[in-house]
Amino acid sequence: MELFANPAPILTALAFWVLSGVLVGSALAVVLARAPVHSVLFLILCFFNAAGLFLLLGAEFLAMILVVVYVGAVAVLFLFVVMMLDMELVALREGFLRHLPLGALLALVLLAELILTAIGWHAAQDLRFVSATVATAVPFAEVGAEVSNIKMLGAVLYDDYFLLFQASGLVLLVAMIGAIVLTHRTRPGVRRQEIAEQVLRPAEARIHANNPPIGGGVDWDV
Amino acid sequence: MEIFLSVWLVPGLILLGKILAFVVPLILSVAYLTYAERRVIAAMQMRRGPNTVGPFGLLQPFADAFKLLFKEPILPTQANSVIFLLAPMITFTLAFVAWAVIPIDAGLALADINVGILYLFAISSLGVYGIIMAGWASNSQYAFLGALRSAAQMVSYEISMGFVIVTVLLTVGSLNLTAIVEAQKTIWFAIPHLPLFVIFFVSILAETNRAPFDLPEGESELVGGYFVEYGSIPFALFFLGEYANMILMSAMTVLLFLGGWLPPLEILPFTLVPGFIWFFAKIALILFCFLWVRASFPRYRYDQLMRLGWRIFLPFTLIWLTLTAIVLFAFDLLPDPNLPPGL
Repeated sequence: MELFANPAPILTALAFWVLSGVLVGSALAVVLARAPVHSVLFLILCFFNAAGLFLLLGAEFLAMILVVVYVGAVAVLFLFVVMMLDMELVALREGFLRHLPLGALLALVLLAELILTAIGWHAAQDLRFVSATVATAVPFAEVGAEVSNIKMLGAVLYDDYFLLFQASGLVLLVAMIGAIVLTHRTRPGVRRQEIAEQVLRPAEARIHANNPPIGGGVDWDV
Repeated sequence: MEIFLSVWLVPGLILLGKILAFVVPLILSVAYLTYAERRVIAAMQMRRGPNTVGPFGLLQPFADAFKLLFKEPILPTQANSVIFLLAPMITFTLAFVAWAVIPIDAGLALADINVGILYLFAISSLGVYGIIMAGWASNSQYAFLGALRSAAQMVSYEISMGFVIVTVLLTVGSLNLTAIVEAQKTIWFAIPHLPLFVIFFVSILAETNRAPFDLPEGESELVGGYFVEYGSIPFALFFLGEYANMILMSAMTVLLFLGGWLPPLEILPFTLVPGFIWFFAKIALILFCFLWVRASFPRYRYDQLMRLGWRIFLPFTLIWLTLTAIVLFAFDLLPDPNLPPGL
């Protein structure tokens, strides 16, 4: 009974196991689901549970941004596109074995990277977090307790790595312009509303009073 | 056993009670919002509106609710039944979970978290899933068209809403909702940020799919849009979710621009009224504007809706954000970065 005297660690552990269990399960379902739309929906569930895990780590800002950006915007567009595609389910199944070696290789690389990160993280426990604005130099692992997430991220991004941050913004800008240039084409014959032209037109040009003779009709040249 | 009782059961029941104290009044408000909508629009159009069920027609929402409860739920044969039934549940749930962080008075919130406004924004950006899943799962052209329209519309207007929120955050220096309201003690943000207030109000109209941006429903062209295949309880869930979302978005506007629970002036007759009454009164005012707009404006055309979102609101909010940053920096008004977290 003593074991249950303090609910907080039990609930945290329970939340961790439920979130990570659903995360792994839905990640598997993304790959295994037959219909592409189901895959995307499972992917969304994945994102959501990952956000939950971030919350457990105390990274509430990252959790919210994950939901806003990935679930709220990226996945919506993804779902949008997948719903519009009229895909042949059988054809989708066929490539499974052919692409298996490449997929397995990618998975192995990712796994190796994760293990390396975990080892590095373990070694970095006693690194000091030093930033220009956040003056307190505390062990990396404890920094979250003293300064709020957002301030920490802000200090790192905008003070310590300002140029790199701007450069990554430029990379995104180039990608965006590239995508627009590649896909944008001017189609002739598309009727478009020119708001400025409409507003600037004088009143006389908009309304034209006529008194047509009976049976004569009007000349329409406006 | 005593430990179980004192550590698990009692706190659990208290939490449950708190949640119910938020949810039950909210459901009642939703019910009476539908009544208010019909009465207000009727008055604006010189009709009577519902006036037979109960005194002044006050029992009409319950009559409607019971009618829907006793109808037969119909599942279209070609529909994807799991997603079809999941969609209204998602809409309904999302409209209610967001209330967890809303402070109705100083210190009176279920969870006063550091990233309150981001949480609200995240939850409201999820609202599109209920609609898009409903449209796809119904396996009907009308429903699908409605869902596609709504997905594009909600994503577009979220961007300008995001910039509006960022500008307010810049002025406050915190993402905590209580801090945002406390920062408006001297002046409500609706006054210095008046254009943003207007843009935010128009954006929440689009975000909740209300007239004049109700193209996802568009009854004159899409029959009923994304919920055309729904009936009975699933339909009621959509309906409740939509109206709860209206109340939620109004609460968000009040917190960001109209000073939350703060009285209009810190002088005697106003300070006597408790804060939550002010909060509810302001929400009611914004909700009235929702109804007023619906009675007054015709529906937007879809390309005009997109133009408004992308080519007017987005550049304007971006420029206003930059201007705010410049003014705050030039006059040394930037919020103090050394405040403790959460303030």
